Amino acid sequence: MTVKISNKLNRKESDLIYDFKKNKILLLMLAPVVVFFFINSYLPMVGIYYAFTKFDFNGGLFGSPFVGFDNFKFLFQSGTILKITVNTVLYNLAFIVIGNALQVFVAILLSEMSSRIFAKVSQSIMFLPYFVSYVIVGVLVYNLFNYESGFVNTMLQNFNMDPIDAYSTPGLWKFVLVALYIWKMLGYGTVIYLAAILGIGSEYYEAAKIDGANIFQQIRSITIPLLVPTFIMLFLFSLGSIMRGQFDLFYQVIGSNGLLFDATDIIDTFVFRSLKMNFDIGMGTAAGLYQSVFGFIIIITVNWLIKRNHEEYALF
Amino acid sequence: MKVREAKSTILFNILAYIIVGFITLLCLLPFWLIVSGSFTSNQSIILDGYRLFPQEFSLDAYKAIFKIPKGVIDAYSVTIFVTVAGTLSGLLLISMGGYVLQRKDFRSRNKFSFFVYFTTLFQGGLIPWYILLTNFLHLRDKIAVLILPSIMSPFLIILMKNFIKMSVPDEIIESAKIDGANDFRIYYSIVLNLSLPGLATIGLFLGLHYWNDWFMSMLFIDTPSKYSLQFFLYNLLNGAEFLRNLSQGAGVYDSVAIPTETTKLAMAVVAVGPIIFLYPFIQKYFVKGLTIGAVKG
Repeated sequence: MTVKISNKLNRKESDLIYDFKKNKILLLMLAPVVVFFFINSYLPMVGIYYAFTKFDFNGGLFGSPFVGFDNFKFLFQSGTILKITVNTVLYNLAFIVIGNALQVFVAILLSEMSSRIFAKVSQSIMFLPYFVSYVIVGVLVYNLFNYESGFVNTMLQNFNMDPIDAYSTPGLWKFVLVALYIWKMLGYGTVIYLAAILGIGSEYYEAAKIDGANIFQQIRSITIPLLVPTFIMLFLFSLGSIMRGQFDLFYQVIGSNGLLFDATDIIDTFVFRSLKMNFDIGMGTAAGLYQSVFGFIIIITVNWLIKRNHEEYALF
Repeated sequence: MKVREAKSTILFNILAYIIVGFITLLCLLPFWLIVSGSFTSNQSIILDGYRLFPQEFSLDAYKAIFKIPKGVIDAYSVTIFVTVAGTLSGLLLISMGGYVLQRKDFRSRNKFSFFVYFTTLFQGGLIPWYILLTNFLHLRDKIAVLILPSIMSPFLIILMKNFIKMSVPDEIIESAKIDGANDFRIYYSIVLNLSLPGLATIGLFLGLHYWNDWFMSMLFIDTPSKYSLQFFLYNLLNGAEFLRNLSQGAGVYDSVAIPTETTKLAMAVVAVGPIIFLYPFIQKYFVKGLTIGAVKG
C-alpha cells in the first residue's frame, strides 16, 4: 500500500517536473489562473483561524484571544445555526425541485409547439429575467408589495379585498422568494432542457408515430424518460451547493428587515450581517466555516453514492 | 406533409399555447409595471397605486434623474469601465488557462484542473476573504476591487476548456507544433480563431456579471463616485425611501417636488436599458453556451 502511494506521488511529481522542462510556455500561460485561485480562494482559508478567536481588530489580525470552539458552541446553543441551516436547505430544495420540474415542463411544451416562431419568442422573453440584476428584482418586489401603492394591493382593492401588509407577514415571503427565484431562472434552465430534448434522436418519435402513439404518449414514454439523466445530473450538481444560499436574492428582497428573519434568514445573510452590521468577525467566520465544512461533507457523500451506483454521473 | 392533425395534437397545442402564453406574460409583467410606473405622475401613484397603464402620463421622473446627472454619469462610467476592462482581461486569462488545461501533452493538467475545481468544493468563507482583500491587499475603495476578484471562476474556466476541446481538433495543434509554432503562437493564431463562439459566450457571462454587480461595491467601496451602476441604483432606492419617510414624518410631505416612487422606477429603467437593447443580439450566445455546457456535462 505504502509503496503504491509513493509510486503514484513520484509519477505525479515527475509530471510537474516534465512540464517545467518541456512546457514552460504553457505553464506561463496558466500562471495567472494559478495565482488568482491561490490568492482569491486558497489564502483566505488561513483566515479560518478567526473562527476560533474572539476577534478584535485592536489585537491585530492574529493577536486576538483564542477561544477554541466557543463561537460554535454559542451558535449551536442559541439555536441560530439550526434555524439558518434549515432555512438555507429548505429554500434551496424548493428552488431545485420546483424550479427543475417547471423548467422540464416548459421545455417540453416549447419543443412540441406547432409554431416555431411563437416558441422562439416566448423562450426569449422567459430568458429575460435572468439578465437583470437582483437590485432590479428588489425594485419589482417593492413595486408589487409595498403597502400603500403596490400593484398587489391596488388589485386587491379593485376587487374589494383587504390589502396585505406584506412587510410584517413573514410566512408570505417563503412563497415570494421561491416564486422570484423560479421566475428568474426559468429561462436559463429551459434552455438546458430544450437542448437535451433536441438531442433525442427523431427516430424514436418516428417509430412511435408509426405505432400510433399520440403526442401525450410520446412525451410520457420517450421525452420524459430520456430527460431523466439530464435532470439527475443537474439535480446532483445543485445538491452540491445546497448549503450555499442565494445571497443576492435574499438581501435585495428582504434586506435587513428583522421582522422577517425567522422565515428568511439564511447562512449567507447571517455571515454578511456579522461582517458588516454586527462586526462579529469570530462568530461570522465560524458560521461560514460550518457552512463550508458541512457543504463539503454533503458533496463528498453525494459523489461517493453516485460513483457506487452510476459511475458516469459522478461529479469528480 | 400531414393530411390532418390528430385530435390529441390539437388539444396539446391549445394547452401549450395557453400555458406558455401565460408564463411569458408573467415574465414580462414586472418589467411592464416598472416602465409604466416610471412614466406615471407621482401623485397618481400615491392616489391610485401602481397600475398596468399610467393613469396620468408624466416625464417628471426622468427629468428628476437628469437633474442629478453627476451621480448617474459617474455610476455609468464606473460600470462601463469595469465591464470592459474586466471582460477583456478575464477573457484573455480564462482562454489561456482553458487552452493549457485541455492540452493533452501538458501532463499536469489534471492536477491543475483539480486545483481550480477544488475551490468550488471548499472555501474559507466571506469574512476571511474580506479581511484578506481589505487588510492585506489594501483593495478597499479601489476600482480594481470591482474587477479583480470576479475576473475568472472555475465554472468559466471549465466551460472554456470544453469549448476549446470541442472546436480545436488535436491534430491541428499537433501539425502546428511540427511546423515549429510555439505554444503561445498556437494559442493566439489558431485556438482563439477557432473558438470565437466560445469566447463570445464566456465574454457575455463575464460582462453580464460585471454589469449587474452591486455586491462588490457594497462590500468595498466607500466613495460614492466609485459606486457601480447597480449599487448606485440600490442606494437611490433606499435613500429615496428614507427621504420620503423623513418628510412624511415631519409633515412636510411634498409629492410634487420629490417624485420618489417614480424616480426609482425611472432609474431602474435607465440601469436596465442597455441590457434590454443588447438582449436580442446576445441572447443566442448564451443559449449556445448553455447548450454546449449541457451536452458536455
